[in-house]
Amino acid sequence: MTKQQANWSPYDNNGGTCVAIAGADYCVIAADTRMSTGYNILTRDYSKIIQLADKSVMASSGFQADVRALQKVLAARHLIYQHQHNKQMSCPAMAQLLSNTLYYKRFFPYYAFNVLGGLDNEGWDTVLKALVLLLSPLLGQPTEVSKSSLITCKESEAIDLVKTCFASATERDIYTGDKLEMVILNASGIRREYMELRKD
Amino acid sequence: MNVADSAPATNNLLVSNADSQRTLYPYVTGTSVVGIKYKDGILLAADMGGSYGSTLRYKTVERLKSVGKHSIIGASGEISDFQEIMRYLDELILYDNMWDDGNSLGPKEVHNYLTRVMYNRRNKFNPLWNSLVLGGVKNGQKYLGTVNMIGVHYEDDHVATGFGNHLARPILRDEWHENLKFEEGVKLLEKCMRVLLYRDRSAVNKLQMMFSETNVGAKISMKDKSTSKKVKLVILGRIIDLKIARITEDGVTVFPPYSLKTFWNFNAFQNPTVGAEGSWALCAIVYNKFSYQQKPDRSSFVDVPLAQPGGSTRSGSGLLRT
Repeated sequence: MTKQQANWSPYDNNGGTCVAIAGADYCVIAADTRMSTGYNILTRDYSKIIQLADKSVMASSGFQADVRALQKVLAARHLIYQHQHNKQMSCPAMAQLLSNTLYYKRFFPYYAFNVLGGLDNEGWDTVLKALVLLLSPLLGQPTEVSKSSLITCKESEAIDLVKTCFASATERDIYTGDKLEMVILNASGIRREYMELRKD
Repeated sequence: MNVADSAPATNNLLVSNADSQRTLYPYVTGTSVVGIKYKDGILLAADMGGSYGSTLRYKTVERLKSVGKHSIIGASGEISDFQEIMRYLDELILYDNMWDDGNSLGPKEVHNYLTRVMYNRRNKFNPLWNSLVLGGVKNGQKYLGTVNMIGVHYEDDHVATGFGNHLARPILRDEWHENLKFEEGVKLLEKCMRVLLYRDRSAVNKLQMMFSETNVGAKISMKDKSTSKKVKLVILGRIIDLKIARITEDGVTVFPPYSLKTFWNFNAFQNPTVGAEGSWALCAIVYNKFSYQQKPDRSSFVDVPLAQPGGSTRSGSGLLRT
């Protein structure tokens, strides 16, 4: 009798595109709101962006159930941190937590592709951490963007750039479209912007 | 001893005999569930079939159930796993009631619970082989969501499982709008279920519909002619007192099962290969499409007889005529 093979996959790819841009005094995190599976669209209005702390915002694409579980784990850990330290986690600290959480599941990974952006403790300085799971999602390697390589354009220019990128991506990628959600962090606080994308 | 559930995930997946306890394949399955939000609440529809592979084995399977005071759940996939989910939910609601604090779990909370249960089972490589639709109304807030066997979940104004995603969602995207009246919602769901009956081989022509809404008492008044027929229909149903009693507050109502009217006499299906001898029917229909602009003659709709297991009639099997 032949060995029984698993005939279902614990993973699925629910698609989507996430982008983050860090400037001198702002950070833009953007993602589309389409959720798909195979050639089907499941819903056109699903947010991939979550605000983990006052100054940390994460966008994740990939397998939605893992993304949601990861978001919940990080949010829970942040709550515990707040209880223990009586303050919010800084963005670099959150990035480290994300990295550790991903590596914890090294041998049954979270199929989540994340960008974590925000302002660090100084407030006016901006840090962008891109945790990219390359090839098969195995390692969460934080790559910090150093100050010197930050985008030099203004906030409004960065937002326009994001909008242009998503419009182009929507044209060519079947998994991207419906609506663009942008979260912009700067000294004056946090705000959301939306833009309609092609629905085909 | 049964170590299957506690075993580390990837290592034991393909290995020992001990994990004969894991779900490997579904056996008795239900097909699509379709759900929509309408003006006053949520409407769910599912047929009553339980297939055993390609055999339509069971024809009175209730795949829609109410959960607590505010929610309704519909399940497709393995029926035994759905029954286990109902056991989990009964326990959840029981504990919620035992608090006796005047608060009760709403549909959002139940959906979140279900999502966690499904995801955790998937993590242990022992999934509950279901796609669930969860809807309800609490404090005037409507909620409609879905979760499947690997934990993928979302909420939307209209949801469907299985074949419903392919056949019903496009219809709903086109014709759903914010202020559907109850009758319009029923008509829309019937349209979806009719397409599924035509094109899904595991669909049966016996529907179950459930709705959950607020202020049902205010809506169904005996003075209102258009709704009095519906009230009569409910009275024809088996659980008369219970349903009418719950109609006066936030409540769940189950229609007795009924069959859909279908039309099988489209010209294109009568002699499909007449224009293209030797070809397959479907290709010929497409090829000849310009000759077959035909709308179904509604008066000649065939009433496909209800499947009657064991010969006994369910009391109050009403037929909703559109």
